[in-house]
Amino acid sequence: MLIVTCVKQVPDTTQVKVDPVTGTLIREGVPFIINPFDTYALEESLRLKEKYGFKVAVISMGPPNTEVTLRKALSLGADEVILLSDRAFGGADTLATSLVLAEAIKKLGQTQEVAMVICGRQTIDGDTAQVGPGIATRLGYSQLTLVDHIESLDLKAKKIVVRRRLEGRHEIVQAPLPAMISVLREINRPRYPTVPMRLFAQDAPVTLWNNKAMGLKEDTIGLKGSATQVRKIFSPQREKGEIIGDGIKDPKAAAGLLIEKLKEKNIVCL
Amino acid sequence: MSLYISTIVFAVAIVLFCWSCYRRFRLLLIGKAEDRFKDAGRRIWNVLYYAFGQRCTVSHGYRFGWNHLVLFWSFMILLVANTEFLLEGLFPDYISFSLLPVDIYHPLAVLIEIASVLALLAVCIAITRRLAFPPSYIEARSRDAFIILGLIALLMLAFFGLHASEIAQGSEEAASYMPVSEFLASAFLTNVSPGSLTGYIEAFWWLHAIVLLGFLNYLPYSKHMHILAGIPNVFFRSLTKVNTQPREEFKKGNVYGAGKIDRFTWKGLFDSYSCTECGRCSDNCPATATGKLLNPRLVIHDIKVNLLKNGPLITERKETVLPLIGGGREGSISEEVLWACTTCGACMEVCPVFIEHVPKIVDMRRALVEMSAKVPDELLSLFENTEQRSNPWGIVPAEREKWAAQADVKPFVAGETQYLFYVGCFGAYDARSRKVSIAISRILNSSGISWGILGKDELCCGDSLRRLGNEFVFDRMVLENIKIFKEKGIKKIITQCPHCYNTLKNDYRQYGLELEVIHHTEFINEMIKSGKLKLNGAKDMGNLVFHDSCYLGRYNGIYEAPRSVIASVTGKAPIEMDRRNDRSFCCGAGGGRMWMEEGTGKRINVERTEEALKKNSGTICVCCPYCMTMFEDGLKGIKADDKVQVLDLAEIVSEALK
Repeated sequence: MLIVTCVKQVPDTTQVKVDPVTGTLIREGVPFIINPFDTYALEESLRLKEKYGFKVAVISMGPPNTEVTLRKALSLGADEVILLSDRAFGGADTLATSLVLAEAIKKLGQTQEVAMVICGRQTIDGDTAQVGPGIATRLGYSQLTLVDHIESLDLKAKKIVVRRRLEGRHEIVQAPLPAMISVLREINRPRYPTVPMRLFAQDAPVTLWNNKAMGLKEDTIGLKGSATQVRKIFSPQREKGEIIGDGIKDPKAAAGLLIEKLKEKNIVCL
Repeated sequence: MSLYISTIVFAVAIVLFCWSCYRRFRLLLIGKAEDRFKDAGRRIWNVLYYAFGQRCTVSHGYRFGWNHLVLFWSFMILLVANTEFLLEGLFPDYISFSLLPVDIYHPLAVLIEIASVLALLAVCIAITRRLAFPPSYIEARSRDAFIILGLIALLMLAFFGLHASEIAQGSEEAASYMPVSEFLASAFLTNVSPGSLTGYIEAFWWLHAIVLLGFLNYLPYSKHMHILAGIPNVFFRSLTKVNTQPREEFKKGNVYGAGKIDRFTWKGLFDSYSCTECGRCSDNCPATATGKLLNPRLVIHDIKVNLLKNGPLITERKETVLPLIGGGREGSISEEVLWACTTCGACMEVCPVFIEHVPKIVDMRRALVEMSAKVPDELLSLFENTEQRSNPWGIVPAEREKWAAQADVKPFVAGETQYLFYVGCFGAYDARSRKVSIAISRILNSSGISWGILGKDELCCGDSLRRLGNEFVFDRMVLENIKIFKEKGIKKIITQCPHCYNTLKNDYRQYGLELEVIHHTEFINEMIKSGKLKLNGAKDMGNLVFHDSCYLGRYNGIYEAPRSVIASVTGKAPIEMDRRNDRSFCCGAGGGRMWMEEGTGKRINVERTEEALKKNSGTICVCCPYCMTMFEDGLKGIKADDKVQVLDLAEIVSEALK
């Protein structure tokens, strides 16, 4: 049985700046990293592998340099890594991306039974959290998002019980397999690669599937297959705060002014 | 008949002893190769100076070292006497001192007599010390110690008994050259019949023989193997300061670090044989002193126990039975112990037989990190951050030059700028240490030299990663740094941090890179001496206490420069802490401990801060960003930060500039 982990290589967004004139991202010199949330997805897959004997396949759609991220996955213990790369895949939104990933999972499923797809909750560049659910919908898998703990797994009965973390509460959910799980940071602590594994990963095979291999219709993938188009990127202008009163000399009066202001804006009513 | 028996007993005992030694020393062959023979002349000098001169034991204020000196030299003389005794036992008709000319025999007799008295006295002192006022840092009342001391005492008593009986019998012609034996004969044996005296002689002779042979055969099986291995270990000592760890070669199929006993070098194993568990390492270890599990003496002991247990199995190509790390019993070292080390080097500094503790600990850390990725949680983010962003916090590299906006700083220009000011991660990112960077830049500008910084192109030197055993990533970082240094033609580097200093100077040298690395304390000292820095006198800072950074002092021998700078600036020498110079006490942050939790025992920085406060200090002067952080935290921890300030030497000088 197979667990498919989806990962994305992203620009290190803390280092990305927006050019104020052109409104485009300044990508020069910005390093690419594995999407941090996906490291938890991979770790969870590896833990399940150790416990139940799954095989772990890691797939990623992206430009050829995504190979670096896939090699990292190999160094951590992934059994097989597949790079979905083709010019035709470029410019995809979540709709088109989830299609390519779902088709790749289907293709993997032709030779092995897929038990689970595990994703990070979202990427740090797009921040949509839509690709995981998109895959689940397309494949008809159970959709378990925001998971912070896998409670139990019954492979005979093909059932999984997970804990989802929602605002202010937890939810224990049971679902049939196969399932798509998107995980939170709290689910585990990712491991560190050993040196022999790093060296192994340096020249272990990375499978490349381009659209020739995938055979998807051109108008369903990439920019053409995307329902959304980026018109403009900009940093939102932030209004400067207003300083009222003097909290050091006269804290009481300052507090009074603050309350007045809050009342005025209908934030509190007394 | 008796002669026949004694010859057989002697022969068997000596063969047994040789066989035991062979069994023990053969195990060293499982260790990795290492050249410790080169430069034999200096090695022999070391043996003469440190071992025979006993400079190794009579050092660092250990007064009982004198007792060891007396015992050592008595032993050297008695070694001659006992060799004669053994050979005479084997070949009674051919070998005996009494066959020597009297001009040699008589002085020799006096000498042996004196040595025996001194040995007996030294043994009594040692036993009294262990019983009456045992030092805390050793297992003073161990069975091993009393067995060996008892055997030596018994040997001396048998010696005197034998000679006194011979004198009373009138068969010792050199009687007048054996004052103690002669006294004993006249005091106790004058009324004994000649027949009984012959019996006494026989009995004392056998007692002497059995104790000596027993002693000999006991040595290889006890901690007193030290007697056999101590002097050779001085011969094999590292001829350079042990301030770095060896490189590793990364290629497929290799094994990294010391996860198994045969992963140490033969010298590493030999270290464990030479240890007599004197405990000076533990006495000086900041981790031991503050109640951590780490005790350097026990680390060496466990390595020895592991070698004795697994060594024979490895020689026979069988599976080992006792893991070197994490076995939970004697002969196995726990992970917690290994992570507790600050690599301050105090253990190695005081070890009388030059055992190299720190490289072993780092080697075992390497096994944990590189082979099994067993790393304390806190270190995972350190490793990731350093690997991805070349700083411990994972801050954006672009922020590396932010501090420079507040100072008059120029970028390093290849072919133009002479000195690189290597700011280091703390100096660049840490709010407190940025002030030190600004102070240093003021000093550099005042001294009139040509200098610059790399700004956002500067990378972390990798010190913490190397000490924590992440050699793989360290190796990559070194190669990246070297590339930058070569591209920019950088030859001379001034550092703020002693850890950058040591790493660039001593670790990078292993990569064939010869840099002139200068720590800011050295630089400032030179500039003041040559008159290039003009000082105006410092303002009142209260009592100024100086703290030695391990990586500056013990690692690189820089003790005088900062003291001389303080004297120049303030007009008087700094106030010294009780533990200073080569016996200084670590702040607790070295060896990657900066990035780890300190959950067990007392905090090391609190211990050191309290020591500084004992001197009624108004200012604690440091030369290292780690020490700075640890003292400031220490002061906050004991709520003394409003009374005492911590300043870097550069800040004091910068304030005093004209």
